[in-house]
Amino acid sequence: MALLEIRDLQTHYGAIEALHGISLTVERGQIVTLIGCNGAGKSTTLRAISGLIPVTSGSILFDGKPLVGVAPHEIVKLGVAHAPEGRGIFANLTVDENLDLGSYLRRDRDGIARDRERVFELFPRIRERLRQNAGTLSGGEQQMLAIGRALMARPRLLLLDEPSLGLAPQVVQTIFRIIREINAAGTTILLVEQNAHMALQTAHFAYVLEVGEIVMQDEAKKLAESDEVRKAYLGVA
Amino acid sequence: MLRMKARSLELSPPAWTILPRNLLALVVILAIAIMMHAWVRPAVGNYYNRVMMDVGINIVLAVSLTIVNGFTGQFSIGHAGFMTLGGYVAAATTYYGSQLLWSKAAFFGGTLSSNTAESVFSAGLLGGGDLLFVAGCVLGGCIAAGAGYVVGLPSLRLRGDYLAIVTLGFGEIIRVLLQASGPQVTRTADIAAKNPFELTTALGGALGFTRVPIYTTQFWTILFGGVTLLVAYRLKQSSMGRALLSIREDEVAAEAMGVKTTRMKVLAFVIAAFFAGMGGGLYAHQLGQINAGELGFMKSFDFVIMVVLGGMGSISGATLAAIVLTVLPELLRGVAEYRMIVYALLLIVMMLVRPQGLFGVREAWELIRPLTRRMFGSGAKA
Repeated sequence: MALLEIRDLQTHYGAIEALHGISLTVERGQIVTLIGCNGAGKSTTLRAISGLIPVTSGSILFDGKPLVGVAPHEIVKLGVAHAPEGRGIFANLTVDENLDLGSYLRRDRDGIARDRERVFELFPRIRERLRQNAGTLSGGEQQMLAIGRALMARPRLLLLDEPSLGLAPQVVQTIFRIIREINAAGTTILLVEQNAHMALQTAHFAYVLEVGEIVMQDEAKKLAESDEVRKAYLGVA
Repeated sequence: MLRMKARSLELSPPAWTILPRNLLALVVILAIAIMMHAWVRPAVGNYYNRVMMDVGINIVLAVSLTIVNGFTGQFSIGHAGFMTLGGYVAAATTYYGSQLLWSKAAFFGGTLSSNTAESVFSAGLLGGGDLLFVAGCVLGGCIAAGAGYVVGLPSLRLRGDYLAIVTLGFGEIIRVLLQASGPQVTRTADIAAKNPFELTTALGGALGFTRVPIYTTQFWTILFGGVTLLVAYRLKQSSMGRALLSIREDEVAAEAMGVKTTRMKVLAFVIAAFFAGMGGGLYAHQLGQINAGELGFMKSFDFVIMVVLGGMGSISGATLAAIVLTVLPELLRGVAEYRMIVYALLLIVMMLVRPQGLFGVREAWELIRPLTRRMFGSGAKA
């Protein structure tokens, strides 16, 4: 059984339908990416999974359990963590407090301490900046904090929304290297990206989303070689 | 999962240890309150005594509002509504309670509640009257907290300006309802004859509720103010407080972390309303009367200004602002009618120079620490 199975998912923002019934599967231990343009519905899909927006119809199964209609905090407890678009860090709180909020629902102090160490190993910069207000970090550091904070929930599925957004190419390389490390350590990842090039290099499997519909899906390597994707998303003639 | 459950029981301290852990702080607050009442009050005279009580009451109100407006980032401008509600409940409790118990609404307290007693330690510290007074304040706090729950509910769906309008409307509803209440019953025999439920609507109407026995002293304002500060500070340090702060910072991200944003927002309203209600009780028993007409929108706005000036979310900031903005009008008595102009200018300057308020979301000492570290050179960057 796949870790995450979405069937015919439909969502609305007011009267406007954002997702016209998409289906996708995330296998255990993989990095699956969802690529597409602005407004294709990528972030909407992630928000629907973590219960942040209502679902009109369709089903989301996480590890066999339905997530539709479940409260966001219950979904976090089940093991889904979301690093939201635009990073969503708590700018006026310290880096330390941001990390604490990542483990907000957990009570196992030893486990939390271990996971903090792990976050510091992945992102040594975060440890240096613990006492600083999160808003004073650079864009790349903020993204690292957002991912680190999501990891503090010890998720089985990590939802990453545009981790490359607004970052220098070198920083993007670092972030994606760390994403692979996180995955190698056993966390399944659903990655939403506009940077199709990096996403297809990193992921095992990929879906292409266009205005609320999935138009292509395949192994990431194969998709990266297909003519349509090369033209539309990779900028290769 | 099961293992985690067992761990959580073992690690999170049981509820009954909360009191003992804060006992020392409570004892210190109590000691300060008694010392101030015993020695400072007789030394400074009536005028300064009154100003100090005003400061205490305003600290209760400003710090409690900080929990909603500062920590949680909800914009409430109806705080005086909770204060009024609690004040009326407390005043009615002591007034009608004294009439029923002692056939007369006079002072039946001990020396801790007396502004005139020569020596605090001469007679009993507490009498029956002040117990009734404290019970009235707590009851007023509870009723206000209930109202806070009701006002908190719409805050689930509303934010920003819309929530502000709802809280404003709430304050006005409280005022109109109280002004439409029946005349205060003043004859002891009538009070005894009436059904207690009828008395709950006999709140004086537009004349306000008067003849309230005076119990508020420096002791009580410092005690209530201290407890409010202690609760707000412990709340801010707790994971619950951090959850409130996260809502203010980014509500969607907070929800994604698993913070039950709805419940937390209502909780903030309930806690803040409770202390506002208690503060109203202090206010009514300081003046000997309470009139909803005098506690309208402008009063709410006073507290909002204290919170904004002090820094949204800073307890020490709200406290400092409460002190300054209580003392300042006293110093400016000669130009009292220009008070609001001075306030407005102060706010404009503040918003230009320091939009996050005096201390921002931090406490005074948190801002001082890095400064001292820099000065004494121990802060070599890692």
